[in-house]
Amino acid sequence: MAVEAEDAMPMPAPVRRVVVYRHTFIVRLTHWINAVCIFVLVGSGLNIFNAHPQLYWGQKGDEFDTPFLALQSIDKADASVGGQTIVGPLHLNTTGFLGASKQGGELTARAWPDWLTIPGPTDLADARHWHFFFAWILVANGVAYLVWSLGIRHIQRDIWPTLADLKAIPRSILDHLRLKHPSGEAALRYNVLQRLAYLGLLLMVCGMVLTGLSMSPGFGAFAPWLVQVFGGRQSARAIHFFCAGAIVMFIVVHLVEVVLAGPFNEIRSMITGRYTLPKEH
Amino acid sequence: MALLTRRKALLSLTGGGLLLAGCSKITGGDQLNDSAGFQRVLAAAEGWTLSTQRFLLGGGAMAQEFKVSDISKNFKANGTLNPGGDEYDRHVDEGFVNWRLTIDGLVAKPMSLSVAELRRLPSRTQITRHDCVEGWSAIGQWTGVPLALLLRAAAVLPQARYAVFHCADNLDGEPSKGGQQSPGQYYESLALVDCRHPQTMLAYDMNGKALDVAHGAPLRLRVERQLGYKQAKYVQRIELVSDFHRISGGKGGYWEDRGYEWYAGI
Repeated sequence: MAVEAEDAMPMPAPVRRVVVYRHTFIVRLTHWINAVCIFVLVGSGLNIFNAHPQLYWGQKGDEFDTPFLALQSIDKADASVGGQTIVGPLHLNTTGFLGASKQGGELTARAWPDWLTIPGPTDLADARHWHFFFAWILVANGVAYLVWSLGIRHIQRDIWPTLADLKAIPRSILDHLRLKHPSGEAALRYNVLQRLAYLGLLLMVCGMVLTGLSMSPGFGAFAPWLVQVFGGRQSARAIHFFCAGAIVMFIVVHLVEVVLAGPFNEIRSMITGRYTLPKEH
Repeated sequence: MALLTRRKALLSLTGGGLLLAGCSKITGGDQLNDSAGFQRVLAAAEGWTLSTQRFLLGGGAMAQEFKVSDISKNFKANGTLNPGGDEYDRHVDEGFVNWRLTIDGLVAKPMSLSVAELRRLPSRTQITRHDCVEGWSAIGQWTGVPLALLLRAAAVLPQARYAVFHCADNLDGEPSKGGQQSPGQYYESLALVDCRHPQTMLAYDMNGKALDVAHGAPLRLRVERQLGYKQAKYVQRIELVSDFHRISGGKGGYWEDRGYEWYAGI
């Protein structure tokens, strides 16, 4: 019969937007608090770094020791100032960015340029106030996130990679290189590189807090063993700096991926929680 | 499609870079930084740090002590390198034999001691790490009189809460005049719990030799669980007070008056 025959015929799938509730309120809230904290912590951290732009390994290090990394200014023959970055045996000319940069139109001796630091002008006292205030907020926010997301098994389910995930790493790398993004239901599940990146971020933020605490002479008296774990106060300071670098790299990749995957949809999902499934190809 | 997404990638890299950068100018961080109200909000963190560290450290947790082989060959001297002025120069010429340490204020038995008298009291020697607020560290050996001993001898009154350390150096470059506190005069203050910590001392020897001028001769404070600016050099007078708001800039120390935290455990 005609009607039955028509029913049995495959119909083209209706073009319909599928909107799902993707990010819970706690994830969204802690995400944005985190974003503000990390932004301020990086900027104020660079200002603090400028007070002594050298890194050493071990417990001690001052102007009489040899740093393995330094951003310094040099006085040139023509009485102008130049910027130099020293990494181990390498001496790199970084005038204009590191070691010496424009401040009010004039090339000035300064490890990190003023457009990267909070506050802009070199001010160790104020930068410390910013840094420690937002560090406290970051820690409180991080603890709330960890307790909640371990409790509802968000980390175990959505972030911790499964064995199958790990086996799919080569395939996932290829997909990322081709800028190929999953569509439909598959887009809801974090892929393995995403999982590893988010886990890595968690680890780096924990590393930041612990190395940060290891620089505190008060906390050092409470847990000298922790300072030892990092190889001493100056190595803790160096690791603090490298973890910050890793976090900045995470943020850059994170932002690129947001734009590639559809910035409107992605950002909306982190504000309202609602996410439109990308159409199947 | 691939071309488009690659262009998007480049654009977002630039955008992300801009977002990460330009912190203060683009986001108005500098205007916030200049606002007294916002600074008051930020200042709350110092209280959180102080109460957390008081809770974790109690009175007694000791700063790490090191081996002789760990001592910095050159220990950076910072702040005042020589207080200068006729009076201090005369003390240097005399080998500090006429230098007096006065302990007064809220004490039952005010006293005045010479360096030789201090050297005859029980002493303590410790090899500790000096952490500057700027970020560098140096390790040195200090010998001196535990401050707790001096405070007990002076019989601190119950209403005393802080010890204020008045120093001979003036970081504004002017020598002190007639003992009057000019704004650049170095001073510091500690809560009594930190004064009574076993590692807190008035040191007269560094690395086995009498303190040199650059490192605070003849007497400097060592308070090992706090940053370098608390380790006042050229100490002349310890004044016990119930609060320090009427002293100099009112924040409890030379650097505190210039915006640094009074509690320098972080």
